[in-house]
Amino acid sequence: MSIKLHFDVSGDDFTRAGEASGKIKNTLKELGFNPETVRNVAIAMYEAEINLVIHAGGGEIDVEISPEAVTAVFKDEGPGIADVEKAMQEGFSTAPDNVRNLGFGAGMGLPNIKRYSDEMDIKSTVGVGTVMTIKVLNKQ
Amino acid sequence: MDFFHSVRLDEDKCRGCINCIKRCPTEAIRVRNGKARISPELCIDCGECIRICPQRAKYAHRDKLEDFGHFKYKIALPAPALYGQFNNLDDTNYILTALKKIGFDDVYEVARGAEIVSDATRKWLKENGKGKTIISSACPAVVRLIRVRYPKLIPNVLPMNPPMVEAAIQARKIAKEKTGLEDSDIGVFFITPCPAKITAIKNPICNEVSYINGAFSIKDIYPSLLKKMSREEEPEDINNAGLIGVGWANSGGEAAGVLKERYLAADGIENVMQVLAEIENEKLPDLEFVELNACPGGCVGGPLTVENPYVAKARIQRLRKYLPVSKNRLETDEIPDHMMWEKPLTATHSLKLADNVFDAMELMTKVYEIQALLPGLDCGTCGAPSCNAMAKDIAKGKAELTDCIFRMKQEMSDETAAEELIPAPFRDEE
Ligand SMILES: Nc1ncnc2c1ncn2[C@@H]1O[C@H](COP(=O)(O)OP(=O)(O)OP(=O)(O)O)[C@@H](O)[C@H]1O
Ligand code: SF4
Ligand SMILES: [Mg+2]
Repeated sequence: MSIKLHFDVSGDDFTRAGEASGKIKNTLKELGFNPETVRNVAIAMYEAEINLVIHAGGGEIDVEISPEAVTAVFKDEGPGIADVEKAMQEGFSTAPDNVRNLGFGAGMGLPNIKRYSDEMDIKSTVGVGTVMTIKVLNKQ
Repeated sequence: MDFFHSVRLDEDKCRGCINCIKRCPTEAIRVRNGKARISPELCIDCGECIRICPQRAKYAHRDKLEDFGHFKYKIALPAPALYGQFNNLDDTNYILTALKKIGFDDVYEVARGAEIVSDATRKWLKENGKGKTIISSACPAVVRLIRVRYPKLIPNVLPMNPPMVEAAIQARKIAKEKTGLEDSDIGVFFITPCPAKITAIKNPICNEVSYINGAFSIKDIYPSLLKKMSREEEPEDINNAGLIGVGWANSGGEAAGVLKERYLAADGIENVMQVLAEIENEKLPDLEFVELNACPGGCVGGPLTVENPYVAKARIQRLRKYLPVSKNRLETDEIPDHMMWEKPLTATHSLKLADNVFDAMELMTKVYEIQALLPGLDCGTCGAPSCNAMAKDIAKGKAELTDCIFRMKQEMSDETAAEELIPAPFRDEE
């Protein structure tokens, strides 16, 4: 048994960034998932969604919710990540100044996703785009 | 569970418009058979529906000034927000004296209770607040909102009674010493800016008993107070609160009294919900204290006040100007037990669709299937606040697909006849 959700994330409207992860979180609450699982999913999904908007000009999210786990695939056709290992390091960021003023760009997004998820996979090709898969197990 | 609520509906006045359903922050209202219905499990008594109802059908159940009852000695506990309701005032004693003139034997300012609570909060935070964001529990609408919508944050809520409770306890103590009367002969009445406080008095969430006998709204008491206020007479010297206590009327006043640097104060139910979501997502990790008020501007914006909140705020700033910082504090080194909650706050889990994840997922799948059949306009004409809320109602058997006028139209057999019968806003383009 599973529930699938799909979101198109626009790269044009920064003020709407974070809406999809907010909806995922509410859905999990309604389903009665363990609060810790809800928190882990909410944080990991938020970071990944913001990255879609800031770094990739938008993209799409496919979420699959099962009683055992929540899996989300973030797909974009943005610039791609040249060195994934480097991008994963705390503090590494190429975020532009305008979003830094809003408090983004600490280079903590990807490390936080790693911390709050159980599995994380990034496939990225420069000039083609990035596909990131995040899995969070449901703690019982 | 006991579901006393101050916020209620006057069925005779309700004409079934749908203004309230969208305004309700917990989606607690549905319109069925021409009448609004408030779900008691979800209502947090914030009073948003009272503000918006054009028919004035939503009201706050409150005590009437005539019902002083059998008490031999009556004490008024004015909320600090009361001070902002009067023009050209530079001394709160005029208001406090007027309260005695309308029949109270004594007055104890809730602002005084607030200063004791501020002192206790500072002490409590020192011992229990390390590395954690503590959320104020003074606004009962916010406490109820947290338990209904943000149960994960329950451990962050300050488990301390609000100023009106402390004021009631102090006022009773003084009255007993002064008169030698029994508790049952002493009536303590809160002058309230909101229905949420009334509910908290009649149905305390975290205490077994209420120390307060009733509540009169600022709105009800205002005209009688005005009549008794006069500049000619020198008022009695009653006031005994400093600027911290009086400042509790405004958003930010409580937080300021905590004397912490890293605090946040938000007011207005939508802002409150956004901040709670941010805390839940651990986006605000460095905050020591968070003050949340359901009403715009804080309690000065309560639904049962008279004056515009920002006007009231400006007046309170003026009244506060020459006050000492604080005039009341804890009399003991330890925080007395009566100041803390007797029982813990518990979650209500009303957000959950079912008791276990499997059943919930099954129901959710059904909800999505139904939602796909609805137009996604969130127009509210079905009586539910959104298509999603409507889909949930249908999935739970509480509404029918054809309660949606757009579905109804599709189900009508003769297309052209349907077009003519359907009101203009819902017709297809010509
Ligand atoms: N979807 C993406 N497409 C292209 N580059 C990306 C994408 N996601 C991340 N990156 C790159 O990886 C870097 C690190 O990402 P990370 O989320 O850790 O930090 P940040 O977004 O720069 O700052 P923060 O998340 O702390 O606000 C980014 O600065 C960016 O160069
Ligand atoms: S903000 Fe103040 S007036 Fe408004 S509901 Fe909360 S306690 Fe009542
Ligand atoms: Mg990021």
